[in-house]
Amino acid sequence: MKVLVPVKRVVDYNVKVRVKSDGTGVDIANVKMSMNPFDEIAVEEAVRLKEKGAVTEVIAVSCGVTQCQETLRTAMAIGADRAILVETPADIELQPLAVAKLLKALVDKEGPSLVILGKQAIDDDCNQTGQMLAALTGMPQGTFASKVEIAGDKVTVTREVDGGLETVSLSLPAVVTTDLRLNEPRYVTLPNIMKAKKKQLDIIKPADLGVDVTPRIKTLKVSEPPKRGAGVKVPDVATLVAKLKNEAKVI
Amino acid sequence: MTALVIAEHDNASIKGATLNTVTAAAATGGEVHVLVAGHNAGAAAAAAAQIAGVTKVLHADSAALAEGLAENVAAQVIALASGYSHLLFPATAAGKNVAPRVAALLDVAQLSDVTKVISADTFERPIYAGNAIATVQSGDATKVLTVRTTGFDPAAASGGSATVETVAAAADSGKSSFVGREVTKSDRPELTAAKIIVSGGRALGSNDKFMEVLTPLADKLGAALGASRAAVDAGYAPNDWQVGQTGKIVAPQLYIAAGISGAIQHLAGMKDSKVIVAINKDAEAPIFSVADYGLEADLFVAVPELVAAL
Repeated sequence: MKVLVPVKRVVDYNVKVRVKSDGTGVDIANVKMSMNPFDEIAVEEAVRLKEKGAVTEVIAVSCGVTQCQETLRTAMAIGADRAILVETPADIELQPLAVAKLLKALVDKEGPSLVILGKQAIDDDCNQTGQMLAALTGMPQGTFASKVEIAGDKVTVTREVDGGLETVSLSLPAVVTTDLRLNEPRYVTLPNIMKAKKKQLDIIKPADLGVDVTPRIKTLKVSEPPKRGAGVKVPDVATLVAKLKNEAKVI
Repeated sequence: MTALVIAEHDNASIKGATLNTVTAAAATGGEVHVLVAGHNAGAAAAAAAQIAGVTKVLHADSAALAEGLAENVAAQVIALASGYSHLLFPATAAGKNVAPRVAALLDVAQLSDVTKVISADTFERPIYAGNAIATVQSGDATKVLTVRTTGFDPAAASGGSATVETVAAAADSGKSSFVGREVTKSDRPELTAAKIIVSGGRALGSNDKFMEVLTPLADKLGAALGASRAAVDAGYAPNDWQVGQTGKIVAPQLYIAAGISGAIQHLAGMKDSKVIVAINKDAEAPIFSVADYGLEADLFVAVPELVAAL
């Protein structure tokens, strides 16, 4: 069976982003970009399923600008077999619904039995695309997965929920989104990076898939979060307790 | 213009996050209805009818809705959606699971983790781990939102007198089934609702030390226990104690961070706390930049001293 793994190119998680002074967005020019951490976990899981023999082909997909090819090469260096880039102009903000529609078109074309996505992208923090794709394709969903097991025509997903863990059984084809604890993604090695350069990477346009990617949500303004007032260092526990009791009045 | 809040409940009672979501729904300017979709959830529906500001409770009862499976709950919401301008879910694991599925079926965008309602179509939401706040406007006919509960005060759980109306339950999708649940047992206040949180990081060193050092402090303060990702990954604390961008978002009166360096992803989950106390040996730890009171000390000495002093 085939697995489709959508991956997103985002600002590296270690970068502290700055809001542009004109309030139009955050400044991502000349900032280090990487694969969204949850998507690395998704690729790793797909590759592990292949190594276990449950999966025959892993296809990585990304939607966005030309540079997303680098992200797809990384996915192929982890072990994806081939990649597809749905290339969109840099001036269009791709929102989850549009991405879900592009992915739906690719699912219709490729017929994967499983789609594994990250639970959320660390830039827009939406946590929507997987669920939306499941809705559009009529597939069941296993979100926030910390364990995935394929048996016959079902996949059993253990999910991280508030208060603990929950296990659901889904009929294939299904959509799974990864949580942090699903696995530890492997490091890509130089030989694998070289090999990934030779793997197939197809580039298509949203129009080829018949999808309108016009944003539905308009960003009016992006601002800095309110700053916290400067704090003080206290010399000892007694002072701390006194401050909490008398100044902050929280205990 | 009427808003529908999709209640989070355990069939017997309404979860606290629902109350904050009702407040956000009221801010959109119309009537507020609440959907209780579950199995044998009459008690939860009755509780929802008591929430101040709610005018109608829709109660859907079916075995297929018992465990809140996204496929079935989404179908239930879709069956009722046409009468509503806003569909609001709490931004909890359950709400985040279902809301985007509903939005896509309606072919509308979804707004995640809304922290402020500016008008019926304009909202604020944090992006980039809370390092920027976006003001966004939705052009869709139906607005589907998840509500960050710490952004809104809870509505009063009593004083309301809504009518409860039974609605037809949606059919089982047949594509998913519930297998089981493992609940972390805890006698402490729920993390997201606690007034005081004592949170530990990697510096605790082990699960035993984590519990041994932080439990007495939490007991003394009647606080919930939280943890950084590092502490959770190392197995010192359960996953659902994780505070941060990818864990719980909290905003208690007092947040005590012990042995937590303060990575961007952790700060995203707690920087709206009223008072932040940091206890850390490393004077350069980023946590001190957001702490109201910083104590540069070994937590293994300072925390027991703190317990003794309280």
